[in-house]
Amino acid sequence: MISIFDVIGPVMIGPSSSHTAGAARLGKMARAIFGEPITKAVMTLYGSFAKTYKGHGTDKALVGGLLGFDADDARLKDSFAEANKKKMDIFFLESSEDMGHPNVVKFDLYNGDDSHKTIVGRSLGGGLIMITEIDGFPVEVTGEDYAIMSLHNDQPGVVAGVSGLLGEENINISSMRVFRKRRHSDAVMMVSTDGPIDQATLQKIEAVPGVKRVMYFEPV
Amino acid sequence: MDYSYETIEDILRLCQEEKLTFDQVVLRNEMNQFERTEEDVLAEIDRRLDVFEESVKEGLAIDSHTPSGMSGKQAKQLEAHVPLLLGKLAYKAMTYSIAVNEANAKMSRIVACPTAGSCGILPGTLLALAEERELSRDALRKAFLIAAGIGAVVTERACVAGAVGGCQAEVGTAAAMTAGAVVGLLGGNERQIAQAVALCFKNLLGLVCDPVAGLVEVPCVKRNGFYSVHAITAAEMALAGIKSQIPADEVIEAMNRIGRSLPAALRETSDGGLATTVTGKAIAEHVRNL
Repeated sequence: MISIFDVIGPVMIGPSSSHTAGAARLGKMARAIFGEPITKAVMTLYGSFAKTYKGHGTDKALVGGLLGFDADDARLKDSFAEANKKKMDIFFLESSEDMGHPNVVKFDLYNGDDSHKTIVGRSLGGGLIMITEIDGFPVEVTGEDYAIMSLHNDQPGVVAGVSGLLGEENINISSMRVFRKRRHSDAVMMVSTDGPIDQATLQKIEAVPGVKRVMYFEPV
Repeated sequence: MDYSYETIEDILRLCQEEKLTFDQVVLRNEMNQFERTEEDVLAEIDRRLDVFEESVKEGLAIDSHTPSGMSGKQAKQLEAHVPLLLGKLAYKAMTYSIAVNEANAKMSRIVACPTAGSCGILPGTLLALAEERELSRDALRKAFLIAAGIGAVVTERACVAGAVGGCQAEVGTAAAMTAGAVVGLLGGNERQIAQAVALCFKNLLGLVCDPVAGLVEVPCVKRNGFYSVHAITAAEMALAGIKSQIPADEVIEAMNRIGRSLPAALRETSDGGLATTVTGKAIAEHVRNL
């Protein structure tokens, strides 16, 4: 059953849960995934985001999120000035390309010339979000709970290895999905857990035979 | 003891069987479901009531327009005007509700109740009533619980998003939550609270969501003012003992059916209604070129 605080809530910066609160969360999630100082951010907006972002403050909310502000942080309004202070260059592009959803943003985040990541996400309404792509790889990260995403070889034992390690650490899995490009090729596992996963466990997961890469997400 | 409810009727039954008030049922269920103490739930309610108060203040202080030019300064203008027609309470509720939605449009902090587009009605009306009748914080907490219980039923049984059910789902739910809460605040019993919900909802069915330029401003901001008065009207009727021929749960069901049969153009897509008027389209063009 729904909590009364989801009925009268969330506390948020207006005007729109999808175009403002969701945008701030997308920015915050992108910041966490990038995991490095952001010197330049190029945001491409699609659909309704592209058409209405200035009126909804979607641009300010996205930048606020990149600065680490929450969806109820009064500083969202002034995020451009904050970005300027932090020497983060920000650019917005509008695209008419159909991304299959009305509220989509693509972040191109840079740390000087050293690193660059492309992160695509959508705002689902009511402040809910989903990151759908990281550097061209399809993902489904909602920022609602703790989650790991691993890239592995499609071979027997990988799923058991990862879930076994989580079990040993007494971390409960709330949902799990495994998909692959084709047999014996690249596969992806998305695991959501009820609690955080520490660095040591993540390293052990990375060492499971067949696992190539592990990404860890915390709720935003 | 299980205090969970799916319908307004469930809440009424629990009130009767357990000799509890409407707000007590909602409070006990929240404590049970989420394993929280009473103190903890009430403290969180207080934090939201604080934001209610701040958002009214912020809205009344706004002295510039939004980037679209469609809203801003209207609450201030209303506060400066001496009401010629409306009573003091209705006028203040209308003004405060508009203030909160103007604060929302200006990127201030608000509480979605149940959505951002309908965030003014509940806080505006409750705080106006609290001022006019010198009600305590504790009374406001009870009103919050009554409103939340009503909103929870609508969320679970129907819809509260304009994109799903039109404005009747957003502003309609906000008004029904408010009507019930006002009845509770003025000493009405749980049956009268349910009547207020039915009367309020019944008389706004079919309200569409057609925001100009896709923004939460026109008609949303002023509409919050209008429907705070509508909520008070429903509460007044319920307190006078007026009964709805159709019970609250069935009205909510009707709202849901109507909402889902509305054309997509009138469900937050800005492809119809006010959004596609000559002026509406000109404003949308202006917003695109900002």
